[in-house]
Amino acid sequence: MWTLIKGGRVIDPGHLDGPMDILVQDDRICRIFPCGALPEGLVPPHADLKTIDANGLIVVPGLIDMHVHLREPGHEYKETIASGCLAAAAGGFTAVCAMPNTRPVNDNSQVTGFIKLREAQANGVHVYPVGAISKGLNGHELAEFSDMKSAGIVAVTDDGHPVTNSLLMRRAMEYARGLGLVVISHSEDENLAVGGCMNEGPIATRMGLAGIPNAAESIMVMRDIALCELTHAPVHIAHVSTRESVRAIRQAKAAGIPVTCETAPHYFTLTDNAVKDYNTHAKMNPPLRTAMDVGSILEGLADGTIDVIATDHAPHSPVEKDVEFDQAAFGIIGLETSLPLGLELIRKNILTLPELIAKMSTNPARILGIESGIVEGGHADMTLIDPLAWFVVDAGHFFSLSRNTPFDHWNMMGRAVLTLVSGKPVFSILSNG
Amino acid sequence: MHFTQKDILDIDSLSVEEINLILDAAGSMKEISKRPVKKVPTLRGKTIVLYFYEPSTRTRTSFDIAAKRLSADSISLTASGSSMVKGETLIDTARNLEAMSPDVVVLRHSSSGAPYMLSKILRASVINAGDGTHAHPTQALLDMMTVREKKGPIENLKIAIIGDITHSRVARSDCIGFTKMGARVVLYGPPTLIPPGIESLGVSVAAGMDEALDGADVVMMLRIQKERQKGFFFPTEREYARVYGLNAKKLGLAKPDAVVMHPGPINRGLEIAPDVADGPHAIILDQVENGVAVRMAILYLIVTGGSRHVDTD
Repeated sequence: MWTLIKGGRVIDPGHLDGPMDILVQDDRICRIFPCGALPEGLVPPHADLKTIDANGLIVVPGLIDMHVHLREPGHEYKETIASGCLAAAAGGFTAVCAMPNTRPVNDNSQVTGFIKLREAQANGVHVYPVGAISKGLNGHELAEFSDMKSAGIVAVTDDGHPVTNSLLMRRAMEYARGLGLVVISHSEDENLAVGGCMNEGPIATRMGLAGIPNAAESIMVMRDIALCELTHAPVHIAHVSTRESVRAIRQAKAAGIPVTCETAPHYFTLTDNAVKDYNTHAKMNPPLRTAMDVGSILEGLADGTIDVIATDHAPHSPVEKDVEFDQAAFGIIGLETSLPLGLELIRKNILTLPELIAKMSTNPARILGIESGIVEGGHADMTLIDPLAWFVVDAGHFFSLSRNTPFDHWNMMGRAVLTLVSGKPVFSILSNG
Repeated sequence: MHFTQKDILDIDSLSVEEINLILDAAGSMKEISKRPVKKVPTLRGKTIVLYFYEPSTRTRTSFDIAAKRLSADSISLTASGSSMVKGETLIDTARNLEAMSPDVVVLRHSSSGAPYMLSKILRASVINAGDGTHAHPTQALLDMMTVREKKGPIENLKIAIIGDITHSRVARSDCIGFTKMGARVVLYGPPTLIPPGIESLGVSVAAGMDEALDGADVVMMLRIQKERQKGFFFPTEREYARVYGLNAKKLGLAKPDAVVMHPGPINRGLEIAPDVADGPHAIILDQVENGVAVRMAILYLIVTGGSRHVDTD
């Protein structure tokens, strides 16, 4: 099986950027060459060669979302591994990391194995499970990292909860380092955030909603940086939302501390203004912050302080969302809107296209130690993007089982039109794809 | 002028003219309560559901009496006696209520914003009788009515609101309402109980009790809940009463003819000394009396739009 992807702008951050053709044989990239210069004799004369016209499209390494809640096992009414993988493919992602706060929690190799089994039954999108730091996410004892690693985890986190005990966090970092696993930190001081359901400030005050101050996040970011410095273990800070966190991480990186971090599209797109009218689809943790924080997030993206854009895709059903604001669950979905919101950063001159792709593929792959790139001999995991495709978000037609997005009915420009995993299309709206 | 609002959810969405219309109507309603037969047929055949998810004596009774004096049929539901204890969601409850065609639903709820959910579903008018720490518009209106009665025009009065601002929906609605009517609102309380960004409501925060009380025309004391000690908001009741409580000596800083208000229920000896609560400056029971009048006015205006004369059928 041969596929020729012709005439696209091929970007592999740090390696390739220009008009190129890519020849794919079965699941691998066979050859990358200047447009139209297919070497004679490379494809056997009678082989079935399929050609994809990528004129006007951008060909990038398959996007990787390193922060996704797939909800299976336990909350299959919100999302399943199969539906989440469909949503991922539609958003241009060839790989996602599955957070461990399922029921049961992914704190042992059986659950990890179950996730890998379900991955094999899904559409082909890679699912990289992330194991729990502590058993049951209860912050008391370490889960069996090595066992879970053998079953397929690529990182550990107690995401959804902070690791409050600093000694446990230190040991987790040290122990994970020995196994080559990165620790992903949900940095939150739960005492400071207690009862809060949106950003602390004038809007929360006027709405009569308990606020979560920026310091609830940055205090723990600073602690985790201190522990990172102490242990020299790689630490990745999840869902950065505040200016103080960006500042702390920037300083830590300048000091050579091996910390990395991510933000989510909603933190660079929306402010706490979106909560007005008690919109539970704008309720997430950490909460949407102020315009000043959004400004700092954009600066952090531009200067490289923020390595990764990840969605924190958190499906919830109307049972959790169509309720009083303070009773509603935290979290929004993001797989099917992340790329167009990221492309907006290019139009705003915050990022170049290669920088965006680095944050959505190359960097998460580097942090997790997984494959990404357009290289001869490598897996043919690629995303074809139409940067000019204009569309209106219709959550009712999402592949995700859930609809909890604040971006429903938004006009967006740019989207994935073909997502290839190991040379096979897992999503396509290309007429010739 | 006709009253065109479907709901009363907050003070923000009422104009100065609408507030004046309500307060004027409340004046006429108050007269009805003084008659030997305290009932007019204005809202005969109208159904008013009082849905109280949270305990309340004053507000619920006040709405109930207001509805009955206008001859409406009022039905009282409380959380303990409703499907809420059986796990029904607010939206489902609202749909069920809608099916029974009430004209007005009065909602008290512990979650800020709950009345907005209800108003999106119901054809009936929704009156917010207090939602979480967000708003209590009928309380603010009765406070404005009481101040107007005692002090004349609200414009340029200095109103000091003192106590737990953070957890007070009354404070928020009063801040918005009195500011809208041209008063100068000054807040004071322990910094732990002054919510960040409250100045965005157009009010200022005093640096001390003296500054808050100095030259005040109105002193509004807020209830302090004893449970707040658990959230480290203040160390002891003793210290709170000493620093933030109102006594006769401190009241001397306000204007000689200042009035003292309290949305109730009061903690005697905590936020307000008994001699002040019972003293000549206190108009706390006038607030309660006006509460009935204001709620009659709101029910009347919201159901009829003000098109029907109160005393005619």
